[in-house]
Amino acid sequence: MGKIAGALLALVGIFMLVCTVEAQSRKPPSAVMLRGKAIFEKECLSCHQADGAGIARMNPTLIGTKWVLGPKEQLIRVVMYGLKEPIVVNDDEYYNPMPAHTYMTDEQISDVLTYVRNSFGNRASAVSAAEVKKVRAKGKK
Amino acid sequence: MKRISKLFFAACCVSMMVLQACAGDTTQTRNKVQSLADNAGLKLPDGFSAIGVAENLGRARHIVVNSNGDVYVKLERLKDGKGILRLRDTNGDGKADQVTGFGNYPGTGIAIKNGYLYASSNSAIYRYKLNEKNEVANPDQPENIVKDLADHGEHNAKSIALDNAGNIYVNIGAFSNACQVDDRTTGSPGQDPCPILEVAGGIWQFSANKLNQSYPEGTRYCTGIRNTVGIFWNEKQNELYAMQHGRDDLHRLFENLYTDEQNEILPAEEMFLVKKGSNFGWPYCYYDQNQQKKILNPEYGGDGKTQGRCEGVDKPIYAFPGHLAPNALLFYTGTAFPEKYRNGAFIAFHGSWNRAPKPQAGYFVVFLPFKNGLPDGTWEVFADGFAGTEQDRASGKAKYRPCGLAQGPDGSLYVSDDNMGNIWKITYKGK
Repeated sequence: MGKIAGALLALVGIFMLVCTVEAQSRKPPSAVMLRGKAIFEKECLSCHQADGAGIARMNPTLIGTKWVLGPKEQLIRVVMYGLKEPIVVNDDEYYNPMPAHTYMTDEQISDVLTYVRNSFGNRASAVSAAEVKKVRAKGKK
Repeated sequence: MKRISKLFFAACCVSMMVLQACAGDTTQTRNKVQSLADNAGLKLPDGFSAIGVAENLGRARHIVVNSNGDVYVKLERLKDGKGILRLRDTNGDGKADQVTGFGNYPGTGIAIKNGYLYASSNSAIYRYKLNEKNEVANPDQPENIVKDLADHGEHNAKSIALDNAGNIYVNIGAFSNACQVDDRTTGSPGQDPCPILEVAGGIWQFSANKLNQSYPEGTRYCTGIRNTVGIFWNEKQNELYAMQHGRDDLHRLFENLYTDEQNEILPAEEMFLVKKGSNFGWPYCYYDQNQQKKILNPEYGGDGKTQGRCEGVDKPIYAFPGHLAPNALLFYTGTAFPEKYRNGAFIAFHGSWNRAPKPQAGYFVVFLPFKNGLPDGTWEVFADGFAGTEQDRASGKAKYRPCGLAQGPDGSLYVSDDNMGNIWKITYKGK
């Protein structure tokens, strides 16, 4: 009886540990989030607004969209090279162009995208500087 | 006894349910009654009242009221395949009880002149003959007046106005913020000369009665306007007036020259008295309402103080605080409103977004008194309450956004909202 209880306890312990590690791996380090927030406020907030919800018809929302939460390369590309044509997000069209940010470093882009993918209710994996570097190396298509 | 208590219990349940259902109804009724008593949610000066003419029409942009009271609404997005709605009040209570639609193109502009209804898409102008019953004769066969105007998404709304000499004026907004090589991009220089000015960034004049015109048949009536959505032909003065949407992002693009506080109110939203050949300076210049002069844009070497080439460009006749987004302009010619409103200007401010991180502002209709065709006094908020709470206004999440203005045959003022698609009718009942 004691053995079984001990084994159960151990199992629960392992399970909890795994959960904690898993949860931690999902949440980006606070240093990254802080850096990302500072970049967001300087480069993004004036259009996409403090709550990331954007402005109807002009600047798209960053909340829960496939553009933000979907494939990272596409997202990195939008930030790095910008968009000239209107973009459709959640069936709504937005007309303001997205400026290019080629002057930002790989680290700055990775920090701000990690922040955006994990703010305003969003939860998605971090974007690494290496991933940004890769996209930059491919060049503007 | 047991049975009675059971019955009592059942009765309680039923009455609770009924009460709950009623509570829902009561709230609704109360809201309706309140909205009538409370001017359909609007805050107005003493003696004025408002009723809701229609709601949830979609993206209701500009509006016009025919001499028989029919309201025509231009939609920016098709609703059930229609881009123009006709609202008719058949029982005289002011509310539209008949809504019909036609026109298969989205757009902003709409006007009535000399027996025709004119409407614009984002690249063309159409007209519809009104028949002897004062109704659109052939809703599915409009005549194309103007076509192939620049439409690149950004600032593509084509506002229209007509004079008494057979001309129609159309705004062709610049598809750019400040004509940088790369629009809105930090570090990108301004193009000089700005090639956009050849096809946009001004108001063009066409014949109101010729078909299939485009740039070669038109005249660039004025230039150097970034974008204007509110244009109006003032018949008393026989002049064109326009409200400009000033440039964005002075702080984001030039943080070493402009603070958040400056960006909040700069540049001014300018009101123009437009003469043939006027040049209001975009993209090289903007108007600083504090310094009261046209300032050289930083994309062209400006530092927030230098005037340079902007010294000679045409000035606004009035300057409003920045980013408020004037989407409609109307000079009031009725007699139903008190004397002070006659020949003065109403302006519908759509509300700001580029003031962030500072609080957003606007989302109201203002009045500016005029004398002999020029502003005479300071502006005041005429109709407010569109945004919702002050928090809704500050965060830019306004519930309703004023976009169109029209004067009814009885001298009432109509306001449209392009967020939900509500239309209000404002009347004066005296004190």
